[in-house]
Amino acid sequence: MTGHTDWRALVAVAMVLLIAPAIPGIATKTKSVLTGRRGAPVLQGYRDLAKLVRKGRVYSDVSTWVFRAGPVVVVASLVLALLMLPLDGRSAPLHFAGDVVAFAGALALGRFALVLSGLDTGSSFEGMGASREVTIASFAEPVLFLCFAALVLATGHLSLNGAVGPAIGAAWPRDTASLVLVALALFVLLLAENARVPVDDPATHLELTMVHEVIVLDHSGPDLALVLYGSALKLTLFAALLVCVVVPRAALRAWTAPVAVAAGVAVVAVLVGVVESAMARLRLTRVPQLIVGAGALALFGIILLLR
Amino acid sequence: MQTTAELLLLLVVLTDLAVLGSSRLRTCIRAVAAQGLLLGLLPVALASRYTVHVVALSAGTVVVKAVVLPLFLLWAIREAAVRREVEPLVGYIASLLLGAAAVAAGFAIATRLPVPDVAEPVLVPVALATVMIGLIVLTTRRKALTQVVGYLMLENGIYLFGLTQTESVPFLLEVGVLLDIFAGVFIMGIVVFHINREFDSLDSSHLTELRD
Repeated sequence: MTGHTDWRALVAVAMVLLIAPAIPGIATKTKSVLTGRRGAPVLQGYRDLAKLVRKGRVYSDVSTWVFRAGPVVVVASLVLALLMLPLDGRSAPLHFAGDVVAFAGALALGRFALVLSGLDTGSSFEGMGASREVTIASFAEPVLFLCFAALVLATGHLSLNGAVGPAIGAAWPRDTASLVLVALALFVLLLAENARVPVDDPATHLELTMVHEVIVLDHSGPDLALVLYGSALKLTLFAALLVCVVVPRAALRAWTAPVAVAAGVAVVAVLVGVVESAMARLRLTRVPQLIVGAGALALFGIILLLR
Repeated sequence: MQTTAELLLLLVVLTDLAVLGSSRLRTCIRAVAAQGLLLGLLPVALASRYTVHVVALSAGTVVVKAVVLPLFLLWAIREAAVRREVEPLVGYIASLLLGAAAVAAGFAIATRLPVPDVAEPVLVPVALATVMIGLIVLTTRRKALTQVVGYLMLENGIYLFGLTQTESVPFLLEVGVLLDIFAGVFIMGIVVFHINREFDSLDSSHLTELRD
C-alpha cells in the first residue's frame, strides 16, 4: 500500500467522478449529429440522475438484499478500480505490485454484483441479460489480461501505477507497434465491456436484443440512478485507461495532466459515437469473434515484445 | 525506434489476421489486396538505394497483387454469384487463435533458422507466419474462392522470404514468379467458375464426388 498519497491525485479522481455522467452524453451527441439529428444535450445524464434520485424505489416481494446491494457494489468497485489509475501521470492514490490483477478483479466484482442483482429478481428477461453479460465478459476478461501483460512487459512495472504512468512515456518510442496494438485491443474492449455498438446498442430498449439494459429492468429510483452512474463511470474508466496508455503524461505539469486525461476521455467518447454511427450491431454469435480478434491483436503485441 | 519496413511487416501480419477473422468474402479479398500493397511497398522500404530493379519489382508487385488479382477475384464473385459468407470448416475464433499461434511459432522458429544476413529481423518471422496462415486459410475454408485467397497468402509469405535475398535474386526470376501467380490465379478463377456452373455452388468438397 502507499505510504502517503498525493492529494492532487485524489483531485484528479474526483474530477473523473464528476465528469463521468457527461461521457455517454458526448457519445450520444456525436452519434446524433453524425446521423443528422439534434440529439439530447450532453449534460442530459446529470438531469436523469437528479430526477431518479428524487424518486422512490419499488422492490419486488421476491427480491432480497442481493438486489439492493447490487448497484452500490457496482459503483464502489468501479471507484476502487479508478483509484488504481495514475491519472496525473505520477502516482495513483492506490497502488501496489500486481494491482493490475486487482483492477481486473474490481471490474469483475462490479459485474458479479450487477449480474446477481439481475438474477435475484427471478425474471427470465434479466436472467437472459445476465447470461449474455457473463458470456461477453468471459471473452473480454482474458483480453484485458493480455493487454495488461503487454503493458507490464513493455514497461517492466507490475503495477498500473508504473505500467500506464511515468514508464509508458519511455516505452512508446521503443515499442510503438506493440502499444498501438494494445490500444486498439483496449478500444474494442471498451466497446464490449460498456455494451456499446457493435456489441450491444445502448439506444435500444427492446428486451430481446439488449445485454446491459435488460439486467437493470427492475431497478428504480436511486438504485437505477446508481446503476446508470455506474455504467457511465465504467465507460469513463475504460476511456481513462485507454488515454493513460496512449498519452504519456509524465512530462506534463501536475495540473495539466488530469485535464489532458479529461480531454482524452472526451475524444474517446467522440470516437465511440463515430463507431456507433458507422456500424450496425453485430449478431450475438459474432461478438466473441470481435473480442477474440482484439485478443489476437494484444497477443501479437506481446509476441513482438518477447522477441 | 521502429523502421518503416518493420511497421509495414507488422501491418502484413494484421492483414493475415483480418483474413482469418472476417466472415465476408469481399473483406478477405480486400485484406489480401491491402497485403499486396504492403508487400509492394516493402522492397522500397528495405532498399538502401533505389535501383531500377527495386522500383520495378515494387511497381510490378503492386499492380499484380494489389490491383489485378483482387479485381479479378471480385469479378469472379460477381460473375459466379457466390454467397458472400466464408463458410469455414474451422470456426472464426479457432482460426484466429490458430493464426495467433502461427505468428508465435513464426517468431519462435525464425531465430533458430540459419538465414544469412537479413536486413530486417522481423522479415523472416513474418514470412513464416504468413505462409502458415495461408496454409490455415487454404485448408480450413470450404469455398474454392477462399482457397485461392489462401494460396495467394501462402505465396505472399514465400515472396516475403524472397525479399531477404533481393540483392542476389535476379530480376527475371522474380518477374517469372509474379507471372506464375498471375497465371495460377487466372486458371483457378476459371476452375472456380466451372465448379460453380457444374454444381451451383463453390463448395470444393463436391469435387470429391466427381466421376466420369
